[in-house]
Amino acid sequence: MTADAGQTRLGEAGAGRPAPKIKPPLLSPALRRRLSAIGWGLISLSLFAGLWEALWFFGMLNPLLLPPPHLFLSDIPGTLKFFDRSNRIGSVASGVGVWPLLFTMGSTTLRVLVGLTLGFTCGVAVGAAIHYVKLLRNLLLPTILLLAPISPVAWLPVAIFVFGIGDVPAIFLVFITVFFAIVLSTGAQIESVPKNYIHVARIMGASQRQTFWKVILPAILPSLFMTLRLNLFAAWMVVLIAETVGVGTGLGQITSMARSTFNAKLVFFTMAIIGLLGFLSDFALRQVQNKMLWWIAPNQGAAR
Amino acid sequence: MSRPAVSIQSVSKRWTPEGRAPVLALDNLSFDVAPGEFIVLLGPSGCGKSTLLYMIAGLEEVSGGTIACDGEPVTEPSAERGLIFQEASLFPWLTIADNVAFGLAVQHVQPVKRREIAVETLKRVGLGDMLDKKPDELSGGMRQRAACARALAMRPKVLMMDEPFAALDVQTRARMQDFLLQIWRDSGASILLVTHSIDEAISLADRVVVFTSRPGRVKTIVPIDLPRPRESRDPRYHAYRDLFTELLADEVDRAFAEQEAV
Ligand SMILES: Nc1ncnc2c1ncn2[C@@H]1O[C@H](COP(=O)(O)OP(=O)(O)OP(=O)(O)O)[C@@H](O)[C@H]1O
Ligand SMILES: [Mg+2]
Repeated sequence: MTADAGQTRLGEAGAGRPAPKIKPPLLSPALRRRLSAIGWGLISLSLFAGLWEALWFFGMLNPLLLPPPHLFLSDIPGTLKFFDRSNRIGSVASGVGVWPLLFTMGSTTLRVLVGLTLGFTCGVAVGAAIHYVKLLRNLLLPTILLLAPISPVAWLPVAIFVFGIGDVPAIFLVFITVFFAIVLSTGAQIESVPKNYIHVARIMGASQRQTFWKVILPAILPSLFMTLRLNLFAAWMVVLIAETVGVGTGLGQITSMARSTFNAKLVFFTMAIIGLLGFLSDFALRQVQNKMLWWIAPNQGAAR
Repeated sequence: MSRPAVSIQSVSKRWTPEGRAPVLALDNLSFDVAPGEFIVLLGPSGCGKSTLLYMIAGLEEVSGGTIACDGEPVTEPSAERGLIFQEASLFPWLTIADNVAFGLAVQHVQPVKRREIAVETLKRVGLGDMLDKKPDELSGGMRQRAACARALAMRPKVLMMDEPFAALDVQTRARMQDFLLQIWRDSGASILLVTHSIDEAISLADRVVVFTSRPGRVKTIVPIDLPRPRESRDPRYHAYRDLFTELLADEVDRAFAEQEAV
């Protein structure tokens, strides 16, 4: 009888045949995954745009109300002039260039960024203070629980009464969007830090302060980042609302103007820009997350 | 005779969970641990073995009696009394070397010195080439060795381990026991190890402290008079195994009888 391949008898373990050579793949797996993601993204977008264009082509859409992409993207210089800085609702400025557009995008993005940063840091600070200081907990928690479910949009009038017209009300609205969520999440997350982590810190002789900075904060950071990302899109929504009413510059103001002047092309152009910015900011936040929370595998997310 | 490394005198512990009747977990417990001695704690589930380790570590207060280490009453945790849990509990946001250096960092040892000690300690536990890995890149056995290194880096006089190998597979477990004996020999620390495995107790211990079921008391203390390395084929080994099986069966029966009576 011939011995079957793959069978090991006593005494001959490890008598190996040469392993079959594996050809190295042309592209690294990570690169392949990225390319395929981009590919599918393009396909998905073209499908959407194609459908839209087809409906227009067969005359099923009124191009004045729902202009398809090739229309609202074709007249870019014409559209750009609406972004001029000196522009106010109803007037069309003469200056044409890409800078006003970038300025508008930049100011909206900056408001989101500042609001998120402030909301995140203040949220963690207040959440931790409430967790550790009993007096603060008793004083603040009931009010916070009452205020948390109020939609940020409802704060808009308050923001304008208090801060007037300008950047601040928009930033404040973004702040409100993340602040309460982070406060509540911080408390809950500190509660659920594994007891053994705290035990290790105590045995090693860590002070309260060291325990917080070296153990508790890194332990809760992944979930807090997740909360932040979940609220990112909400932050983009409220900043636009604030801009239509309380600021007078930014993408929200442009949309509002486009609506009141019945400029459908401008509406869709701005929507495309907003979509792009929202996507890019989520992407950027993911990059920050991967850098700061290096110990969590990227595809694992921070869903812990 | 030298002063005991750990001295436990008439110690009891009463838990008072919120809104429920207090539970007497440990009742009038007394025994001493000599310097460099290897003690195994064996007893039915819920008899308070973990509770005892936490009290020696200084993480929980005693309800009665005293615990002293090197003659000093235990009032707060100290790195001289290391504690290792069933789950390695390494910090996932630190590399293995940084985990091992954590205690030194807390005590403001210079970074260069810290790294030096961490590297040296990791080499001792056979993880010299895992320095900059993340904890979740290691196997369960390696993680547990890294946790040992973290405790050893602080040069503890007492090393406590709460079912440290319970989550490991049989082969890894046997290797880890050899590893532990080696660590024990060259660190000179006293070890208190909790286990549910009778074989583990016989292979490792100088003395085995057998607990009664709740409330935990010392049922008996059995010295293991076998030369190391211990052979499970040795007839005396079997005699010990039968002895412990009987001792534990008694307690488990009693615990069940009590539960039915309630
Ligand atoms: N933090 C706590 N609060 C209240 N009761 C507790 C607490 N910790 C333990 N107990 C109770 O004390 C008793 C002893 O618990 P302990 O964990 O020390 O037992 P053990 O011997 O380690 O058990 P096991 O072998 O299952 O780990 C149990 O009845 C348990 O319910
Ligand atoms: Mg236990």
